[in-house]
Amino acid sequence: MTAGGPGGSVGFVMLCHTAFDRAAQVARHWAAQGSPVVIHVDRRADRAEVQRFRDGLADLAGVRFAPRHACEWGTFGIVAATLDAATVMLRDFAGVRHVMLVSGSCLPLRPLADLVAYLDARPRTDFIESVTTEDVGWTVGGLNIERFTMRFPFSWRRRRRLFDAYVALQRRIGWRRRIPAGLVPHLGSQWWCLTRRTLAAILEDPRRASHDRYFRHVWIPDESYFQTLVRLHATDVESRSLTLSKFDFQGKPHVFYDDHLQLLRRSDCFVARKIWPHAGKLYAAFLAAGGAGPAAAEPGPGKIDRLFAKAAERRVKGRAGLIMQSRLPADPAEAGRTAAAYSVFQGFSDLFENFETWLGKVAGTRVHGRLFAPDRVHFAGGETVWTGALSDSAALRDYDPAAFLRNLVWNTRGERQCFQFGPADDQAIAPVVARDANAHVSVITGAWAVPLFRSDQPFADIRREAARLQRIETDHLALLRGGAVRARVRIWSLAEFVESPMEPLQLIADEIGPRARRALTEVPRLADLSGFGRFLQNLRNQGMQPVLMGDFPVDDDPRPITPRRGKPYLVK
Amino acid sequence: MGLIQSYGLRLRRKRLHLRAWRGRRALSPVADRTRAIRPGAILLVSVLRNERIRLPYFLTYYRDLGVDHFLIVDNGSDDGSADWLAAQPDVSLWSASGSYAAARYGMDWATRLHRRHCHGHWCLTVDADEFLIYPFCETRPLRALTDWLDASQVRSFPAMLLDMYAQETAAASYREGQDPFASLQWFDSGNYTIRPNRAYGDLWIQGGPRARTFFAAAPAEAPALNKIPLVRWQRGYAYLRSTHMLLPRGLNLTYERSGGEKPSGCLLHAKFLDTFADKVHEEAARGEHYAAGREYRAYREGLGAVPTLWCRASERYINWRQLEILGLMSKGNWA
Repeated sequence: MTAGGPGGSVGFVMLCHTAFDRAAQVARHWAAQGSPVVIHVDRRADRAEVQRFRDGLADLAGVRFAPRHACEWGTFGIVAATLDAATVMLRDFAGVRHVMLVSGSCLPLRPLADLVAYLDARPRTDFIESVTTEDVGWTVGGLNIERFTMRFPFSWRRRRRLFDAYVALQRRIGWRRRIPAGLVPHLGSQWWCLTRRTLAAILEDPRRASHDRYFRHVWIPDESYFQTLVRLHATDVESRSLTLSKFDFQGKPHVFYDDHLQLLRRSDCFVARKIWPHAGKLYAAFLAAGGAGPAAAEPGPGKIDRLFAKAAERRVKGRAGLIMQSRLPADPAEAGRTAAAYSVFQGFSDLFENFETWLGKVAGTRVHGRLFAPDRVHFAGGETVWTGALSDSAALRDYDPAAFLRNLVWNTRGERQCFQFGPADDQAIAPVVARDANAHVSVITGAWAVPLFRSDQPFADIRREAARLQRIETDHLALLRGGAVRARVRIWSLAEFVESPMEPLQLIADEIGPRARRALTEVPRLADLSGFGRFLQNLRNQGMQPVLMGDFPVDDDPRPITPRRGKPYLVK
Repeated sequence: MGLIQSYGLRLRRKRLHLRAWRGRRALSPVADRTRAIRPGAILLVSVLRNERIRLPYFLTYYRDLGVDHFLIVDNGSDDGSADWLAAQPDVSLWSASGSYAAARYGMDWATRLHRRHCHGHWCLTVDADEFLIYPFCETRPLRALTDWLDASQVRSFPAMLLDMYAQETAAASYREGQDPFASLQWFDSGNYTIRPNRAYGDLWIQGGPRARTFFAAAPAEAPALNKIPLVRWQRGYAYLRSTHMLLPRGLNLTYERSGGEKPSGCLLHAKFLDTFADKVHEEAARGEHYAAGREYRAYREGLGAVPTLWCRASERYINWRQLEILGLMSKGNWA
């Protein structure tokens, strides 16, 4: 018997196990337009619900129910169900030229007439994703060719350990099943659309009994039975599925919701799965009569692919530099990472009077003072609170200094952070910075002595403070020169820097503001260092050995004694 | 974790259930409609006291998300909360006599309800001032999330507490039925600290406006913000310490450790309304809250009347996508 109507040349084999009301809605949609639908219901489904499902479709001549099999995932039941339903389809509906395999959670996205026209234009083409095992990149669990050469008597869902152990055992022993002669294993999406010719050839193949016996013990045969056999019989295989069906990184299908409506509309795919059964808007929109789209468009699931690829990346890789309630990398390298490059300057604001203002102008960004000062957090411009509501309280910062820095860099993504650091600051952050590849650390060693030199404290206090700071900075330098450092570190001694400051300053300016790469027109004001050599000598005379500054002459010439080279001395 | 420790946690869990069972007489049903709970229903469990004016919006909010039944314990309200709740068709109400603190800050009562009524259900355990935000919550009902979690074989869903506040405290006046976030529009977007708790595998999140204002000098004492409010309940589960963590420990592993992001949400916290000042005085005096109402005493000392939490770097709430971009919650691989 052939159903009348425009859709008579395409038949649908529908596999259902739940959400029968939606399956019925879709089946009715197709059957009402003349396309026959053969439905298979999982034998494990609730009896009363199935009866209601059948009764609800009883008025449609083009709907048949196929013999029922139990369809546990990964087993032959699904293939057996498909084979029986396809047999019914070919037997009962002589007008069918293409048979499309769909599930109860599939939804047609384009009018049936589009699909019919598309298939009528390709009367001998079989649409089935069919790829050799070597070329498949998507199998979950690492089983490719082994799907065909091992036995899988244990349920993967319910007896995972036994399943895995038995696979391991077979691998160890080297126990292999022989693949029947003439078969070349192929894998692909379960959802196909085959011509009557090919499907009949598969169903009526004299070797079918032996094929079925073989595939009964292949792992996930619904992804390989038709995909392999089609290669024996088909003349024109188009290796892609007409059903839009995407899998996530765990191998479970992505689900579509009401908010995917526009995305699905623009995809131009014929059928999509799987649809959330409560996505009422989708069902209403796509099952509504009429609504002819761009008739000849090829399916283009690119946008949807990108959406799901992004989702998988978010789940697998996450956002670098973010630690939050559902992302806490155990790997210390990943956990200690910040979101973007930032610069740490040590000694610069001691040596130059207006370094922060100058750098702010050059780099076009707000430059912080000493973020890790003991009294409070010195945000740029003396702010008490910064982006993300970071407080300037030292206690809050010191509660978790690494989190403070990570939060700061995360909160200000897109705006480069620069801050001052020194031996007078809380050093707990130093190892964190040193191990962070995003940190650019520039150090003028011994520059902390300049404010001491200019201060009018009692010399005994100055001497004590100098000894303390030198000890701290020596440790810090050892850290920065150590093996575990991933930060980009530049170190100059004070003497070196004072002797030719232009080169390093230019370097820093270029690094921070690469777009404005040009020669510096303005330079920061160098502190007056006349008498600095004498000051260092006084420290020595008091029994302290200042070593980090480099050599400064004891006379009043502020310049160090090392011979000059490079650019002329430009700093005013 | 060794066998002994793991057995110790098991005993601890059993003890929690025993406590809840011993305290069963403290709970007396006022309106028991639990027979109406269908298989697969999404349930909400809450313990509350004197929240009458908040209740209409609270119930409406969660009904709209798709909660099917509310299981509520009323701890001696005298503002008509009980009468109002008992009249709601989808609410089952118990009244709890006795001390909130002695009942493990109400958790013993909740544990009792969880064990008796929540087995096999997705169950949301929240306070009357906590409002769940999850990825796609504007377009997808709660059942879409729980279906997806089921398919992904995930049993628990985390939602960090996000304290919401008004720009001027005067704006935070609240009338019955109002959306509290019409006035409490602001939050702190990036000043949280997170550390793992080895013993239970949960996270300890602190920070936000309360840490910034009341606890700036003693950040270690700032309240915990990590919560796991949505759980596919099994009879043996139990919350430890409010809804911050659960036993068995596996339920606390709601975060990814190999670099990726698992899905998560936020609980918008509508605590800082004009009703707050009264509550502070009442609760600080009662001393029935965690650490003898230390938090409430800190508020009372810190504020005088009503707190000003707003600062120039506060962020104005727009939607869940904003929270996702800011890194406070994540879609994970739900797309």
